[in-house]
Amino acid sequence: MKWIKDLFSPKTRAWEEFYRNRWQHDKRVRSTHGVNCTGGCSWEIFVKDGIVTWEMQALDYPKLEKSLPPYEPRGCQRGISFSWYLYSPIRVKYPYVRGALIDLWRTARKRYDDPVEAWQSIQDDPKARARYQRARGKGGFRRVKMDEAVELLAAANVHSIKRHGPDRVVGFSPIPAMSQLSYASGARFLSLMGGVCLSFYDWYCDLPPASPEIWGEQTDVAESADWYNAAMVAVMGSNPNMTRTPDCHFIAESRHNGTKMVVFSPDFAQVSKFADQWVAINAGQDGAFWMAVSHVILKEFYVDAPRPSFEDYIRQYTDAGFLVELTPSETGHRAGRLLTAQSLERYAGEEHGEWKFLVLDEITGAPRMPGGAAGQRWGQKDQQWNLKLEDPSTGEAIRPAISLLGRHDGTTPVVFEEFDAGRGVLREVPSLRLKTRDGREVLVTTAFDLMIARYGVQREGLGGDYAKSYDDAESSYTPAWQEKWSGVDRKTAISFAREWANTAEKTGGRCCIIIGAGINHWYHNNLMYRSGIVALMLTGCVGKNGGGLNHYVGQEKLAPVAPWSTIAFARDWAAGARLQNAPSWHYIHCDQWRYEAEFTEYHPVPDARDGTSVAQGHTADLQAKAVRCGWLPFFPQFNESSLEVVKKARAAGAVTEADIVAKVVARLKSGDLKMSVHDPDAPENWPRVWYIWRGNALMASAKGHEYFLKHYLGTHHNLIAKERAEGIAKDLVWRDAPEGKFDLICDLNFRMDTSALYSDVVLPAATWYEKADLNSTDLHSYIHPLSEAVPPAWESRSDWDLFRAIAEKTAELAARHFPEPVEDLVMTPLAHDSPAEIAQREILDWSKGECEPIPGKTMPHLTVVKRDFTKLGERYSALGEGAKNLSAHGVKLDVATEYDELRRDAPCEVVDGKRLPSLRRAEHGANVILHLAPETNGEIAHKGYAYLEKRAGVKLTDLAAGSRDAHVSYTDLQSQPRRLLNSPCWSGLLTDGRAYSAFTTQVEKLLPWRTLTGRQHFYLDHPGYIDFGEELPTFKPEPTPDAYGDLRDSPEDGIVLNYLTPHGKWHIHSTYGDTHRMLTLSRGCEPFWINAADAESIGVVDNDYVEIHNDHGVVCTRAVVSHRLPRGVCIIYHSPERTLGVPKSPLRGMRRAGGHNSLTRVRLKPVLMVGGYGQFTFHFNYWGPTGVNRDTRVRVRRLPNPVI
Amino acid sequence: MDVRSQVAMVFHLDKCIGCHTCSIACKNVWTDRKGAEYMWWNNVETKPGTGYPTRWEDQQQYKGGWERDGKLIKLRAVDKVRGAVTVFHNPALPTIDDYYEPFTYTYEELFTAAEGADQPVAKPISMITGKPMNIEAGPNWDDDLGGSPVYAANDPNLEALTPEERQQMFDVEKLVFFYVPRICNHCANPSCVASCPSGALYKRGEDGIVLLNQERCRAWRFCVSACPYKKTYFNWSTGKSEKCILCYPRLESGQAPACFHSCVGRIRYLGILLYDADKILDAVNVPDSELVDAQRRMILDPFDPEVIAAAKERGIGDDVISAAQRSPVYKFVMEWKLALPLHAEHRTLPMLFYVPPMLPVQAKVGDYGYDTSVEGFLGSIDQARLPLKYMAKLFGAGNEAPVRYALRKQLAVRHHRRALQACDITPEQAQALLTEADCDVEQADAIHRLTAIAAFEDRFVIPPMHREEAIELLDEDTLAAKGSTGIGFREGPARGP
Repeated sequence: MKWIKDLFSPKTRAWEEFYRNRWQHDKRVRSTHGVNCTGGCSWEIFVKDGIVTWEMQALDYPKLEKSLPPYEPRGCQRGISFSWYLYSPIRVKYPYVRGALIDLWRTARKRYDDPVEAWQSIQDDPKARARYQRARGKGGFRRVKMDEAVELLAAANVHSIKRHGPDRVVGFSPIPAMSQLSYASGARFLSLMGGVCLSFYDWYCDLPPASPEIWGEQTDVAESADWYNAAMVAVMGSNPNMTRTPDCHFIAESRHNGTKMVVFSPDFAQVSKFADQWVAINAGQDGAFWMAVSHVILKEFYVDAPRPSFEDYIRQYTDAGFLVELTPSETGHRAGRLLTAQSLERYAGEEHGEWKFLVLDEITGAPRMPGGAAGQRWGQKDQQWNLKLEDPSTGEAIRPAISLLGRHDGTTPVVFEEFDAGRGVLREVPSLRLKTRDGREVLVTTAFDLMIARYGVQREGLGGDYAKSYDDAESSYTPAWQEKWSGVDRKTAISFAREWANTAEKTGGRCCIIIGAGINHWYHNNLMYRSGIVALMLTGCVGKNGGGLNHYVGQEKLAPVAPWSTIAFARDWAAGARLQNAPSWHYIHCDQWRYEAEFTEYHPVPDARDGTSVAQGHTADLQAKAVRCGWLPFFPQFNESSLEVVKKARAAGAVTEADIVAKVVARLKSGDLKMSVHDPDAPENWPRVWYIWRGNALMASAKGHEYFLKHYLGTHHNLIAKERAEGIAKDLVWRDAPEGKFDLICDLNFRMDTSALYSDVVLPAATWYEKADLNSTDLHSYIHPLSEAVPPAWESRSDWDLFRAIAEKTAELAARHFPEPVEDLVMTPLAHDSPAEIAQREILDWSKGECEPIPGKTMPHLTVVKRDFTKLGERYSALGEGAKNLSAHGVKLDVATEYDELRRDAPCEVVDGKRLPSLRRAEHGANVILHLAPETNGEIAHKGYAYLEKRAGVKLTDLAAGSRDAHVSYTDLQSQPRRLLNSPCWSGLLTDGRAYSAFTTQVEKLLPWRTLTGRQHFYLDHPGYIDFGEELPTFKPEPTPDAYGDLRDSPEDGIVLNYLTPHGKWHIHSTYGDTHRMLTLSRGCEPFWINAADAESIGVVDNDYVEIHNDHGVVCTRAVVSHRLPRGVCIIYHSPERTLGVPKSPLRGMRRAGGHNSLTRVRLKPVLMVGGYGQFTFHFNYWGPTGVNRDTRVRVRRLPNPVI
Repeated sequence: MDVRSQVAMVFHLDKCIGCHTCSIACKNVWTDRKGAEYMWWNNVETKPGTGYPTRWEDQQQYKGGWERDGKLIKLRAVDKVRGAVTVFHNPALPTIDDYYEPFTYTYEELFTAAEGADQPVAKPISMITGKPMNIEAGPNWDDDLGGSPVYAANDPNLEALTPEERQQMFDVEKLVFFYVPRICNHCANPSCVASCPSGALYKRGEDGIVLLNQERCRAWRFCVSACPYKKTYFNWSTGKSEKCILCYPRLESGQAPACFHSCVGRIRYLGILLYDADKILDAVNVPDSELVDAQRRMILDPFDPEVIAAAKERGIGDDVISAAQRSPVYKFVMEWKLALPLHAEHRTLPMLFYVPPMLPVQAKVGDYGYDTSVEGFLGSIDQARLPLKYMAKLFGAGNEAPVRYALRKQLAVRHHRRALQACDITPEQAQALLTEADCDVEQADAIHRLTAIAAFEDRFVIPPMHREEAIELLDEDTLAAKGSTGIGFREGPARGP
């Protein structure tokens, strides 16, 4: 290097130390961000002088197959901004309580020695209560000592349990997967206490209901590396640049491998730059396009030139060949229920014969019963529950006919509803006449025959009102028909369908759909999803690497789910956690139900034929029915305390649990005891105490935010909607709407977000660089840690430690009020993956005298749970012996050996004289989870596979054979992320670096889906689905703005636009959006995106302020004017805080304007409430209506002189 | 032959997702301090758009770079002689309005606000004055076509288009955008270095990194106007200019620069190029249309024995030559000719090269709606939404040929890979496309591998920096440095004289 000296004087180079010194650092620690972004990225946190200075991505993910691009680096613009928060001025450093409340509390505490009595005195004084409720969100925070804040919380807990019952104390925290122990902290505390955990995945509208409908699965998708295996990718309603930032490279890379990329998006969304074709489809009309795609596939690949590979696929892996009864009606036959095995003499002796189903066997030409259905799953016999092509009753091979055509003994005209046209059409299907055991003569056809007729694809010999050609625009689901909805030319639909099916055929099913909230947030999202999934199923693309429906909305994949859920819901101590689906709960409790009339105003359904249809009336009435029938949960359960209910039963002579349950059922039947859902506005039914942690429950996820402010908080609000449900919601008591239902709202947070600002108590939480935890996601197949790079700053503590403190203090105060253990009657709905899947073949309501109330059968389960409030703290910190038996997704895991290993080798606590594995510290919990999970302990995976292998009768243990000795600990993860093991709790296979793709186990190992027939369902024969006209894939038009009613009571000021809230670039939900980094790189606020011509029409130029309003509330922000959006729609990216630079609203009397959820109100799609049947049974975050919000309309006008 | 070793770069724009992670990685480490708030050594721009600082590409206004002047080239705006005249008033210097006034919020109000009648908010304030302000601009203001009637429509590169074509760019059938991340190009003929009256700017001999000496800078700011890419910035607090340092402290310890490391689109490549400094003048003193080729002629083949001998003669070590032979940048720029310099017409010989992006095919809107059905399975370059002449303005100094070549080859590689995986394109069809694109199967697979599969160590081939020798060059004892590095009192940089 001597020559350098010739060129430049080395002395002039000495200054270079200047920047070298900046780069120096003291250590790097591995952590990640717990933010429900699905990234699950491993980061190195750099510490210098004891201060976190910056973060950089870790690169050391174990590699997948060599043919796949690697995962490094993972991490986005938001994650890399996180270090700003630690020492920023928005950091919550100390506990805060609002002055109005802390003054009342201190006064009361002087008067009462017992904190519980002190809290009671405040609650007994309506003026005092209203005083601090009115102050919510309006400043006046006071810094307090941690002990004082915790005592206040503990007093509120004990008081609420004592006066109202434990199910008035609720908690909300988002998706657990990103910081599993942190979620588990509050959930465990609440579950030990009998409190209520609110769901999140459905409330965010992240849950795709089509997934449970078709697959019996909450969500199961490919990891992002598998996109590279695809040969054709359709992206719809998803913007991976924005939302899957660390995964998006697989899209680009797949494209460079020759994959065709078609992006459907009304705006030129960022991902469109990767498209070979960008299809500017009309917002929310993707369902129409996909219906036409399947029309073309059915016509060309099933009728004109049938493809054996496609037929064989649907024969074995779907319900295509299952026989469906055709029921006569005045206008023609209608598609009815699946023909059950017990209908036929041949299967007369079959156990659960009404839950086993029939196909027409091509070999014998007779109806035969394959295995794999719910009846086989929940029967006594092993080895019956599989997808083999054989009749398990005899072992004979069968070959299901997917169509009766050519085997039929007649044709039957069937009525098909076309909801877009408001008519029914008659089309002939091939049918067979069968004699049943009870002497009936029934007409049957196959699900496939019904479906192809539904799509309007005519076959030879079948008459009726079929589509004449692709150009028949009058016949639903033709390429020409879809144009009027999607705005997409028929040629695009036809060529897309051909390329799709050809690619699938040539590659063995490597076509995938990447789909997201842009579809899932519409009212009819389940139908839109289903229309796409049908195209996947018809072309054999599900359960294949590179294929399938890849729904990425929320980080729902908590890989070590079995031990985690035991810890989170305290099942190690007692069953009976109260798990509430949040959409139903908020719809009812925050009184949004009061603001709408019949759902049929905006939701087309078949005519209520004989008055028994559930597809009529008010959504709240169906919700109440869903609770009565055991389809959905609802808390509080009763208009009495669930503790008092047991006491009364005991007082009336009940001895056993069965006695208690019988007495309660009798009281419910007589009306002496009422379920709270029927009178949600009565004070005895209000929720009282709310814990919020890891989330922004009052803003980012508060659909109907202004309704929250009004009815929950009792503070100012900007809603002007008028109530409409009086006299229409018949099963619910109508009272004056309460304002301020909650006694107390406590937020655990590291930043002063909107929820913190509106809460009564704010506790300082440790950040993601200050605590131990676990992280997993469905976007990759690793598990990795959060770690303490620096200790929790200032007075902050981890969620785990904060809830332990609350539990310990609550136990201490409970000693006086509940010195003895209590009995709590817990009411839970009929559960998925349990024998309750075969509870209800018909919809019968005991409260209407249609059947007897039988817990667990015609109504919810009722269980007596013993609780000891004085032991909350001890039990919180120790793993109870109930953890020896784990289960998840129907797989039972006996882990007694491993539990004892923990007792021997891990830190322990002594509870009631017993040595139990410790959960005192979060890292203890992490190690317990890793030790007991099949995904991280190969021996447990082997046990689970052995259990399933025996039950199903298919070979599975080979999947764990190579990794029985694999085992990881928390410190292993700190040194490197680890790939998950093959697990009986999940459906994808990971052997030898193979990319995870959902349902490959089903396809390759013949393990059934957890559905009614065990197959993927084209056809949904739940009586409720038939009532709603959704038994077959269909298209229902978007609710009209008038009927949906967002602008009924608003001034006609400004233009009307469809209001979209997709995920944005500068935040993950509301996190990061308030950081200096993201504000600087965006527009210094969360702006309002509007089309250039629309903006011009209201005199708005770029960066002007605008006022966006509807009946629900108002938002004031800056406009971004862009050609990127089509006319008629607008975007506020999800989701801004209302705490940063938000102006006041002239339309609302110069009150501070709100955030994006100020413009929403939730409508629930009632068909998603039905249950008690197969895959239509409740599981937390799996089943129930979702919090849709994309059909919303707003008005927009210029705001000339903003006042901030 | 005067062989120089240059750390050079490729950004593969087809892969860029526009996430700006790179920008923040840089900001966190280097410019997160007083006076540097507005500095974005790494920024990402949406194209079409006006970029940062706004309309930086408009040299009518900013007068950056070099221009041909008869037999030689000269700086467009200032040089050391003319500069003296304009030092107190340099009209080509960007002002704060061309950047933005850095802002923050009064976050603390959310904690401290007294109870009132309405909800408190944090208000925007200037980071320079501390006073309330109206936010009117930012470093990424026109992101994703934000404000397209004002910004995208005024992209200087649209001058290549007819008024009709410009109008059509904003119709849905043609609407499109892509991203261009930008750092200092560490040019082989840097106009910033040439412009500095104080000699504070220099190009490091061992790796070609262009640095700005923080001791020597005298705040002339000639570098700011001379750089046609506007990649030097004046620190208003220390009174020194600063610029991208290509993370030399990281490179010196064998790590990729922060923006490269953090690139989650995996679009970035870094490696050595050897070039012949004797050919610099030849490379810049040609008509615009020949600039891309001329620059390539300056770059040397690291496998050529003559080059190797000349390099060794110059003191370039075997390990650096080996790194040059493994350089992904050499492959993209020289072997495959896929990567092109940005705005070569400024004649600074940028050492950062861009692979131009493929974009969606055009649509038609007819009687039946929006139609994107196309003849070819993956479309073609001429069906792409952005006119080639726009791309040529950015990456071909106006010449479409090198851009067409790079795009055609990318598309041919995709067809080749398609034929392998989906067999709906025949090997013959794929071969014909490859031949037409001046590519063979071996090269196509190599392109695919480096574009799609490459791991960190394939994308970044960092040459050994021999810090021990560099310390000796300062007449210091390396063993002593081992014991004393980092010892001393920390001092902030002082405002210059």
